[in-house]
Amino acid sequence: MIRNITLGQYLPGKSVMHRADPRTKIIITMLFMIVLFIIDSIWALLGALVFVAAAYWISKIPIKYAIKGIRPILFIILFTVVINMFMTDGKTLVDLGFARITDQGLLRAAIVSLRVFMLITSASVMTYTTTPIMLTDGIEKLLKPLKKVKFPVHEMAMMMTIALRFIPTLIDETDKIMKAQAARGADIGTGNLLERAKSFIPILIPLFVSSFRRADDLAIAMEARCYRGSKGRTSMRVLKYGKVDVAILVAFCIICAGILLVHYML
Amino acid sequence: MKGSPLEKKALDDISLEISSGEFIALIGHTGSGKSTLVQHLNGLLKVDEGEITVAGMKTKGKALKELRKKVGIVFQYPEHQLFEETVYKDIEFGLLKQGIEEKERHKKICETASILEINDEILYKSPYEISGGQKRRAAIAGILVLEPEILVLDEPAAGLDPSGTRELFDIVTTLYKEKNITVILVSHSMELVADYAARIIVMSEGKIHSDGTPAEIFMQGAELERIGLGIPEITKLMNALKKYNKDIKQDIFSVDEALKEIIRLMGRGK
Repeated sequence: MIRNITLGQYLPGKSVMHRADPRTKIIITMLFMIVLFIIDSIWALLGALVFVAAAYWISKIPIKYAIKGIRPILFIILFTVVINMFMTDGKTLVDLGFARITDQGLLRAAIVSLRVFMLITSASVMTYTTTPIMLTDGIEKLLKPLKKVKFPVHEMAMMMTIALRFIPTLIDETDKIMKAQAARGADIGTGNLLERAKSFIPILIPLFVSSFRRADDLAIAMEARCYRGSKGRTSMRVLKYGKVDVAILVAFCIICAGILLVHYML
Repeated sequence: MKGSPLEKKALDDISLEISSGEFIALIGHTGSGKSTLVQHLNGLLKVDEGEITVAGMKTKGKALKELRKKVGIVFQYPEHQLFEETVYKDIEFGLLKQGIEEKERHKKICETASILEINDEILYKSPYEISGGQKRRAAIAGILVLEPEILVLDEPAAGLDPSGTRELFDIVTTLYKEKNITVILVSHSMELVADYAARIIVMSEGKIHSDGTPAEIFMQGAELERIGLGIPEITKLMNALKKYNKDIKQDIFSVDEALKEIIRLMGRGK
């Protein structure tokens, strides 16, 4: 019932993007987001769009799949488009009486929607091509300097790993409970707002209970294996920064410089 | 997930007819599509191709609500669905959804509770305070109280001890005989299946592998082992004994039958 969420899911593959070090991908994604907020001209944004499309092409992610992932945020994009279209001053193109569409408005709408669109799609490339475990490994390594100021980097990464690990499990569990309650005649998400909220109780309570039970089981299992936090722990997967990663990073920097150049020139 | 690289066909080319009043067992290896198949019976899952008719209704659209009244599915580990403050209220949930009156509800709940041997003390406890076996029965009561015409049990014995399993199956058998309902049992315990079901459907890799009486199914021991199943232990034993005594009957699937057969042969030996 709720399994059709493709946003943020890992898609197994063997492309360069799949093989790249998670740290590279995290850094690139973060830098790209900053770039997206700096650039403000439509041409620079279109350039960035080409870059995102290229990233999808290199990672061999089916376009259909990617589009499905955007669906949940389509409303937000449409909303910003409409707001920007009508709320910006400029030369009037269409006058509806109560509101008007201006040329500046259209431009702003295009810029803002492109930006939101790319924020999601670029971050998705990372999650599509990186397993959650690799992602948290990368984050742990990147945040390592913070250990000097007593920040519990390892513990935080472990929490993230566990949280990510249990998302599919919880989705399955929710699905099962929803079905079990539906089989008893529960209508989920129908009626007025209050009824709708109430209809989630038979799902949420068992879900909470099972989450606590799972957390408890996991804690025991971890203790039984002598888990004591980061002290003296080595990693099974050792991240290695290779030539490919340097190449990707350099290529990315050049592309970003190009996009920024377009932005400052126009 | 249709159209994605993760797409997988769970069921393929299934053509199956189940008459009302049958006691059917669905067996198969993990991932053979048993659970997927039973979820189609009340429209929890919808078919991508083909169609299903249950109790004269197609499993789609407006008929669904009516259909779910007729088909009761007890999922694996049904105790995970308990959520109310008391067992009583939890059993009541489905009845409330059907809009049945207070008095009628009370009558039905008490009836079901007595069938499942849930006493009053448990009835007013929180479902999180009672034991595992009691939880299981409480959850099953939540389905049985709706008086389904078709009762689907998905691995009802998983995690129960042997006596709990027997108790549960005796209850189901009584219900089956007294109320004349159709029972579909999903299991991979060959012993249970041999003891209770009159017809067995074997599933393998999303397809129906074979369909017949326990005798017909368990005769093909080697074939069953190939698809990751087996035959009841007692049948294995009797097959082994057959080497020493050719008179032993071949279709023995329960300890009781084996006992009778051994007594018969010993009696004749004297």
